[in-house]
This record gives sequence, structure tokens and C-alpha cells, in this order.
Amino acid sequence: MKVVNEVNWMIGGPQGTGVDSSANLFSQACATAGLWIFGKREYHSNIKGKHSYFQVRVSDKPIHSHVDEVHILATFEDSTARLHAHEVVKGGALIYDPTKITLDDLNLKSGVITLPIDFNSVIRHVAEVTGMEYGTLSLMKNTIAVAASMALLRMDMAHIEATLARIYTGRKAKLVAPNVAATKKAYEAVDALPDEMHDQFPYHLEPKQNTPKRLLINGAQANSLGKLKAGCRYQTYYPISPATDESNYLESHPEYGIAVVQCEDEIAAIDMALGAATTGVRASTATSGPGFCLMSEGLGWGGMNEVPIVLFDYQRGGPSTGLPTRHEQGDLMFAAFGGHGEYPRLVMSPATINDHFHLAFESFNYADRFQTPVIVLNDKFLTHSLETIPPFNEANLIIDRGRLATPQELEAAMADGKGFPRFRPDAKTVVSARPYPGQEGSPYWMTGDEHDDYGHITEKPETRKKMHEKRMSKYRLMLEQIPEEKQFSLNGDPDADLTLICWGTTFGVLEDALPILKEKGINANFLHYRMLHPFPIASEKILKKAKKLVMVESNWGTQMGHLIRMATGIFIPTQVVKYTGRPMSLNEIIDSVEKIVKKQVPPEVDPLTGQSIEKVVLTYGL
Amino acid sequence: MVSKLQTPLTVSAYKSEVHNDWCPGCGDFGILQAVQQSCAELALPPGETMVFAGIGCSGKVFNYMATHGVHTLHGRVLPFAVGAKLANPDLEVVAVGGDGDGYGIGAGHFVHAGRRNVDMAYIVMTNEVYGLTKGQASPTLGRGQQTKSLPLPNTNDAIQPLALALSSGYTWIGRSYAFDGKHLKEMIKKAIEHKGMALLDVLQPCPTFNDLHTAEWFNKKVKGEGTTMLPRIFNANEAGHDGAVKDPTNHDEVADKQKKAFELAHYHGDRIPVGVFYEIKLPTYVERMQAQAPMLIKYSPARVPYEDASHLPTTDLSKSYEEFMF
Repeated sequence: MKVVNEVNWMIGGPQGTGVDSSANLFSQACATAGLWIFGKREYHSNIKGKHSYFQVRVSDKPIHSHVDEVHILATFEDSTARLHAHEVVKGGALIYDPTKITLDDLNLKSGVITLPIDFNSVIRHVAEVTGMEYGTLSLMKNTIAVAASMALLRMDMAHIEATLARIYTGRKAKLVAPNVAATKKAYEAVDALPDEMHDQFPYHLEPKQNTPKRLLINGAQANSLGKLKAGCRYQTYYPISPATDESNYLESHPEYGIAVVQCEDEIAAIDMALGAATTGVRASTATSGPGFCLMSEGLGWGGMNEVPIVLFDYQRGGPSTGLPTRHEQGDLMFAAFGGHGEYPRLVMSPATINDHFHLAFESFNYADRFQTPVIVLNDKFLTHSLETIPPFNEANLIIDRGRLATPQELEAAMADGKGFPRFRPDAKTVVSARPYPGQEGSPYWMTGDEHDDYGHITEKPETRKKMHEKRMSKYRLMLEQIPEEKQFSLNGDPDADLTLICWGTTFGVLEDALPILKEKGINANFLHYRMLHPFPIASEKILKKAKKLVMVESNWGTQMGHLIRMATGIFIPTQVVKYTGRPMSLNEIIDSVEKIVKKQVPPEVDPLTGQSIEKVVLTYGL
Repeated sequence: MVSKLQTPLTVSAYKSEVHNDWCPGCGDFGILQAVQQSCAELALPPGETMVFAGIGCSGKVFNYMATHGVHTLHGRVLPFAVGAKLANPDLEVVAVGGDGDGYGIGAGHFVHAGRRNVDMAYIVMTNEVYGLTKGQASPTLGRGQQTKSLPLPNTNDAIQPLALALSSGYTWIGRSYAFDGKHLKEMIKKAIEHKGMALLDVLQPCPTFNDLHTAEWFNKKVKGEGTTMLPRIFNANEAGHDGAVKDPTNHDEVADKQKKAFELAHYHGDRIPVGVFYEIKLPTYVERMQAQAPMLIKYSPARVPYEDASHLPTTDLSKSYEEFMF
């Protein structure tokens, strides 16, 4: 039976040997052919040598998640074959180098087609026909692995050739010819296989005509573009995985006039962004857990001084240095409550790669409107995942700078001579008028100490009460002014038997899971939280109406579950969690929901709350 | 470019109405007064001037200025000030703070500010103690010294901030004394006018907690060369020290000036040199940014246009989209 345009391809190898490049080549070739892809990258906190791999799932319709079973495993050295051979399904294929490994050493399922390729001999051939040095061509193993895969999938070579021409331009254009030569040789090797072997391999890719234009993009890139569109022109950072990609992208595009400053530490990064924001520029910083911890001091200052600032926290496995290059949704509680004292902050998390663009854009409007720190919780998973998505819809984007000082107010302050009443609560908007330095009549004072309307330090109890209440009331404004559809969404049949609850980037896997669950006779929907703090209380009606609730989170303790309980009193004892540092796969979600429905999850006592819970702990993935 | 007022204001125009609560006799008064006089003499527009301060007694300077005044976090005055200056180089940005704030908790930021050579002045009020927390030793107090509230003599050695600034890349380095108003004001003006990162270390008594180095001690005559008694504080520039590098591309000259400045920072004996220790003209951070992002020559980051009159975003991403489009 032929399976057309549904394939999960994996390539792996030691870090530094071009695993990413081959995944890019494969993904782009699929995109060129009008197909849709979702690619997931796994790698160690290491520069060279440790094992990394990239899975690219291909489909003829949009997909937003990865699956665990592998249809083609492409390897050019021994470790990947050893580590992943068992994941190849019956009827799938293994591409391997017979000079590096013997099949007997591998834990292969029966019925897996094995395709030996002597990579070095292909490279020698390329060196001969192009006259290039053999030694300079070693990275070409990637192209060979991709080409052999594509040949096996019966995909026209033209898509690889077009992709190579797109990737290697300018000074690198000379690399097109040897790569094309390698591609041809790999195709020849595959074509030479006996017909019955081809017949046994059911997976085929066929170009899809009339696919509309799409972006092939990852979360960090989508996020960066959203920031640029929003007018963010000041970015600070201290190098940290997996957040650095964003700052790197922004710094590579000086044509937008964005100042990107690498700081001495994350303390300086947040404070420099705050200092910049006081001048009126839309400023932000990007970091990950350990850096985020160092930023809590500065964030409190931002809350106290009502500075619009956006912090992008690219979550990774914690605590401490934790799992520096792995996925986790572990920073939610810290984002919502971290820091001493009380100040309002808005915490949101994008649902999809497309939403990285939109939330990044919106976040600057929220920071300006509420004049307080906004924390966006991104994560390693989608940051480094590649997806084909429709171009961003720019139709409804509006810049909202919030409550700025009017010329009349500046004139009045000048006449008054006492300075600008920057912190005086506005009768209508609560949030105060904000002047920029440089405007005449603008001078005012800022301090982390409690202060009066002008920013002068005061310890008067009544002023403290007034100012603290004004700041904290911004939580109410957030709930009132952020449209409900931007806070949360109920996806699928509103009357479903089962309501899965997730937040942030777990959206995609649940979106893909619903139709599959339906086929299996499970009528589920899912409630996705995009706004996490303050708690979108309007979602309470959904929680109350649902027949059965299941928390789905990439952390140990269901942090969103606790926030739900805190606000509504609703305790959700049924939980699907994963904290191995690997994101949840589509088949893991399907299996766990089936288990829950079939009541196969034994009760246990939650050590944190002492209450009885049913918890499915997901573990798949290397 | 920082603009200047066509009609300068009087010193009182830079004084806020906030009640000053420093201890009587505090060196901070002299420094505040000199900062306000410098602003007036340099004709700085108050609305375009931002004075950033650290935490501690010195941090209160922010509130006594009638410019923009920003009270930051302990040790963090430089990142805040640098952020503002880079976002809008048209603003005059001055940072002030204490020696505990700048050379202790803020030492990391102090070093890296030198590397960036942002065009701003950093005035450090050095009194060897943490006053507001009741007199603990600051990083400039010498080993074995025991000011009034120390339970035991200081176990740490003092750092030499001017030498540290030199190693870190500050392009203007000077020292003055809080109660020599005339010299201090001229030094503050020079630090502000210098195109690059300037450190002005200002020695000052803490009349409440530093009973070793009091105003009296600073004013005392000490043994000079031979048996002559000379004022403890002396103007090194008047005594012949010329710290200004004439040709920044001349490696030998730069090395020579750095060596002399380093020696002056570690001056031996009872006397204390003040004045300009070192000065060099190098590209500022803004100039370096502009070289890499020409758009920033036309607009400061705070002024890059990105919305139209009806608040629609105007940043055209189509070139970037092409990178990803299939």
C-alpha cells in the first residue's frame, strides 16, 4: 500500500557535522515541492561531538506536531544508527554507511529496508568529477543522506537542485556544483536497487500543485519579526541557550535600525533595556531561566516605575542550569510571582510559530498600555522547530503606545514648575500620562522607592496605599482590556466529553490530536491559555461546564493547574505531564488520553498537595 | 547631538524643591552643588538631561536635581544610564553613585562600561563607607583601617578605581575633592564635555561614619619632599602631569600616558593627587553602532519611525519574508 505525503524523516549525527544543514535542505526541498512540514531539533549543550538529531515530518496538509515513529532514518556514522534504529517502523528504511557499521549491531525491527551507502566513495567520486579537494567535501555527507532519502521517497531530484541553488549563493555559489554531483550519485545508488525493494517501501513524496505561498520558519525567527514589526528598536541580551537565536537574528538585520547590545550579564541586560525604555523606545530583552532569575530585581523596578518593557523568556529545562538545550514549561510560576513585594506583570505565551509573530507584536502594545513589564514565555521546543506556515496576516496590526503625555499636559507641567506628574493616577485610564525626556516640560523623577505623583520618594502611608493600589489595579485593566480571544481559546466541539487544558506551545500537538482522537471514538476538545497571569477568569465558565478536565503541561507539577485552582478553586487531578526535556509527541498525547478514557491510570498521592491525582508521565524521546 | 540652551538658566533652575536629608557636613552637598553649577554653566536643557543615580546616600542626588532624575538599583546605575544614552544619544546623561555602589556591587558593570566608551560622565562619590546602612567598609577603605562602626579592622584591601578604570577602557579619568568647589565644578564640566566614557572619582568625607578621613584630615598639611609641609591634596596637572593622549594611533604615546596615569593612581606617600589622570579620544559606542547600522545615523533608536499617523505599523518586512518564503 502506497503512503503518499505522510512521512517522518530523521537524520542524526555528532554535533558540528551538519545535521541542521541537512534538515534544512530536506525541509526546504519539501517546501519547494509544495508540501507542509514540521521539524523538531534535539541537541546537547555541546559544540562538537555529542549526538544531535532532527526529525522532519512531512504532510500534504498543515501539521503542527512531531511523531515518534520514524519512516526513514538517515545516518552517515555509527552512533545515530545505534541510538535510533529501533524507532524505524516496519516497512521503513535505514540509510547507513556499511564501512562504519554492521547491521547485526543494530536493534532493527524486521521488515525495515536497509540502504547501504559508502559515503566516502561518493565524495571521492564528487572530488573526481569536480576537481575539488576531497578533504573540503566531508560535510557533503549531509547532502548525500538527504538525496538518498529523497530518491527513496521517489521525489524528483529537481527539488533538491533548486534548494541547493537557493541555499548556496554569493561566495558559496561554487558549492552548488559538487552538491548537485553528490545528489546525482546518491540518486543513482538508490535507483540501482532492485525493483522489489522499491516496491516494499511504501512511503512516497509527491509535489503538491497550487500550494499557496508559505513561510518555512522557526519560533525565534517569527518572534524576531513580530518585534521588528511592533517597532522594537532596542534589544539587550546576554548569551544563553536557547534565547540567543533571537538576538542574533535581530543583530543580523541592522537595516531596521535596531540597537542590539550584548551585555555583561542579565542584570545589565534588563536594566539597560529599562533605561532605554524610559526614553520612549520600545525596548526588550531575551533570556532563558538562569538569566530570567537574575532579572527579577530589574523587573520589580520596572513594575514600580511603570516602565513598558517586554521580557522574552525562552524556557528550557530547569532548575539551575538544568537542561540547557531541552524543552520545559517550567518558568510559569516564577514569571507570575517571582520577585519580592508585589507589582503587576502580564504573562503570556504564544500558541504556535505563527503566534510567536503576533504575540511578540502585541506584547509591546500591552507593555505601553499597562505601563508595566510584560513577560512572554517562549520555549526551546518551538524556538528551534521549523514549520511551513501561511504568511503572517498583517491586516489588523495597530500600534498602541498607551497613555502618552499630551501637549497640554506638558505645557501645564511647565507652567506649574513642579515637574511632570508622571505617576498621578488618571481618573479615566488609571494608567498615568507618560512624557519622554527630550520633551519640554517633561522632567520627572523615577525611583524604586515608593513615590508620589512626581516621583519624589515618600514613606507616607496614604501615598503608599494610593500608589500601590493604582499599580495593582492594572491587573483588572488587563482582564478588561485584552480581548477574550487573545486570552484563551476553546478548540474543537464545545460539548466534548473530555476537555484537555494546555498553555503556550502545547497548542499544536493538541490541535493535531483532536481529529485522531475522534477517529478513535474519543470526543475531546482543548482549552488553550495564551494569557497566563493575571488569570483569564472569563474561562471559568468553560471549566465549570466541561465534563472532564485533563491538565496537559510540560512540567512536573502542572503549574497552570495551580493557577487555575488559585483563581477558581477548581482542582484538576487528572494530568498528563512531561519533564524529560523533550516535547510531547502526537502519539504520546493520543496514547495518554486513551489511557485516561479507559481508566488505566492508577491514583497516586501528589507530594506537593497531599491530594490524590491521576498522572500520566510521558517519557519518549532521546 | 546634545543641544544647549540659547539662554542659560541659573543654578537654581537645576534645584528641585525636595527637602535634602543628608547629614550636616556631608561631602555630598559639595558634589550636588557642583553638578548643578556645571549644568547651568554648560547650558543643559533640563528636559533633555537625565541624571541617573545609584542606591545609598549618594543616590538621593537624583531627587535634588530639577532635570530628569532616575534612582536606579544598587550597583546598577551604569546599565540604566547606558541604556538611555544609547537609545537616545541626543540626551545628556550623567550617572552618579557611591563607591560601594559603583566599585562594590556594581563592579562588573563598572568594568564593562569602560569597554563600551558610551559618551557620558560617571561621578563616583568616594567616602570609604556604606553610609546609609550605618558605616560598613566600602571597597575603597584600606586594609587594617577601622572606621567608627567597624567591629574589627577592615580585612580587605582597597581597590584602586582609577587604575581599574584605566584597565577597563575609560577614555577620561579624573579625581577631585568634594569641598574644593572650584576644581570639582571644572572637573565635572570636563567629564560631561568629554566625548566618551568619563570617570570622575570624588573624594569626600562622611562626617557620621568615617572618623579616619574627615574634612580636617583632607585639609591637613603633610610632609612633602624634604621637610616642607604641603597641602595633602594637590593638583597633579598643575604639578606637571599631562594625561591627555595627543595621537590615539601612536602606540608609544598611549602606553606612556597609561603608565603615568597608573603610577599617579597608585601615588605613594601622604599626599593625594587630583586632576585629569588620563584622556584619549576614541570612537564612542554610538559611533560604533552607527558604523554597523547606518540607519542609526539618521535616527536614534528612540526615533526610528515605525508607525504612521493612524498608528498602522510602517516597518516593511517583505525583504525578510523573502528569506523564508516558499
